Amino acid sequence: MKKPFEIVILSGKGGTGKTSVTAAFASLAKHAVFTDCDVDAADLHLVLSPDIYQQEEFSSGAKAVVDTDKCTSCGLCKDVCRFSALAYSGDIPVIDEYACEGCGLCSIVCPVDAITIENYNNNHIYFATCRFGPMVYGKLGIAEENSGKLVSKIRQYARELAQKHHAEIIITDGPPGIGCPVISAVTGSDLVLAVTEPTMSGWHDLDRLIEMIGGFKTPVFVVINKYDLNEEMTRVIEGNLLAKNIRVIGKIPYSDTMVLALLEAKTINEFDPSGYIAGELTRIWETITLTYEQNK
Amino acid sequence: MKIAITSGKGGTGKTTVSTGLFHILNRYLKHHVQLLDCDVEEPDCHIFIKASKTAVYPVNLLIPEINANICTFCGKCKAACAFNAIVMLPPAKFIEVSADMCHGCGACTYVCPENAITEKHKSIGQVSHFDYYAKDEFIEGRMHIGSALQTRVIRETITHARQQGVILFDSPPGTSCPVIATVSKSDYVVMVTEPTPFGLNDLILMAETVKQLGKKHGIVINKAGLNYKPLYDYITQNNIPLLGEIPFRKELASAYSKGEIVAESSPEIRSLFEGITKKILFETSLNS
Repeated sequence: MKKPFEIVILSGKGGTGKTSVTAAFASLAKHAVFTDCDVDAADLHLVLSPDIYQQEEFSSGAKAVVDTDKCTSCGLCKDVCRFSALAYSGDIPVIDEYACEGCGLCSIVCPVDAITIENYNNNHIYFATCRFGPMVYGKLGIAEENSGKLVSKIRQYARELAQKHHAEIIITDGPPGIGCPVISAVTGSDLVLAVTEPTMSGWHDLDRLIEMIGGFKTPVFVVINKYDLNEEMTRVIEGNLLAKNIRVIGKIPYSDTMVLALLEAKTINEFDPSGYIAGELTRIWETITLTYEQNK
Repeated sequence: MKIAITSGKGGTGKTTVSTGLFHILNRYLKHHVQLLDCDVEEPDCHIFIKASKTAVYPVNLLIPEINANICTFCGKCKAACAFNAIVMLPPAKFIEVSADMCHGCGACTYVCPENAITEKHKSIGQVSHFDYYAKDEFIEGRMHIGSALQTRVIRETITHARQQGVILFDSPPGTSCPVIATVSKSDYVVMVTEPTPFGLNDLILMAETVKQLGKKHGIVINKAGLNYKPLYDYITQNNIPLLGEIPFRKELASAYSKGEIVAESSPEIRSLFEGITKKILFETSLNS
């Protein structure tokens, strides 16, 4: 079977409407698998209300742990640590678990084997079914390392689910920013849909995102959400994207509908199917499906 | 006094609040207020704080280079690397460090019995100082595009903070390691949220994180107006101080879109931000 077509919805800046757009696509797509890779603040499930049928723990990082009974307070561990994650409280080394990256050098240098590296299994992956189809999503444990490993794992499971259910498309709600989890979300994707807003910050952040994606050669489409909040800025963004040969495939006006739909845990296309925004989102989705058909 | 401005959900108004507080505090406490933009993936404060750069400091990582002519392919470095950053093919006499995966911990260099590894600086970001009200009052951390070590850039940025006065950290969104790097170095946490189910869901994650770190905290509701009862119930039930509410208005959204400081957009909004500032100062003084 052919590899499923993978679409990831990103934005650079947070709060531009990624999840509302993703949810709308969920109600429009046929034969799709849905994933939420914004594992830091996963919200898609609030709209799709999935029934979880299976979950598993996932380790995304490791931390050093000192056995104070064995420790001779020689100080070697503190000297080699490049993350300033070791400090002495009197004679006892204390690990700053938020600074420790789990590299294990302290454990290698310790002459009395007093330091071990322990995995943290504080993250979860959920397998679920929602009213639009199969869904897999993750939730990061509090203060866990968002290393992108969890994102990669969720996407791997999504591909397996797609095989099993003969789904042709995977729709992923991505994380904000341009760091590690975003890089993991873009790797191997067939299309990035970037949702932006007509603000200087929206453009600044989108521009950085586009440059980051440039390294992957993944095609990018843009949707400008709340475009009428500053139409002049919308034109500036359109002009800048034109110069970069990136298509704006839709513009959504500001409306309370987005929030009102959310309050009822519905997608916009379920909440107000004949409204202007639902129509625009349908048109955007058709553009994406056409691109996918061409890639077949 | 270090104050982190955070939000679980992105786009709730962290930068609106932090640039607003920076302005108001500067008026009261001349030259004793510093703003650090710690959202190094997408640093936006400079759009609102229009200032000239006075200095740029690179953020470097020590990346190992393995000399394949000296290397005996014993595999000790590969075994020591916790990040799978070393690629080794002994039959082809090939060994290389994948710089994107490397955390620069130095374990490979330490274990190499042949001294075949040397370390070179690789830039992953930069910390810029700006001349605003006074020198170094605004500092920005910025990760290079393509790097995946945002937390390292944040930690380095925070080392540029002064030791005195009020320091504001504009934090990245979320609740994972980049946020912890910011929040764990602060004395007080302002959590910015919006009255929607997404806003509340992510606020709860943020509040749990902040409680786990044992930090004093309060809430600012941005884009207020939608009377979303579950949010207000949550705040009351958990007894978290509500520092203030910024109304949703198209003119505020428009001021923000143009890169204007929202707190200075009208006398009414300014006095609202003054109220939030006073509450924060009151809450933090209770701490000491």
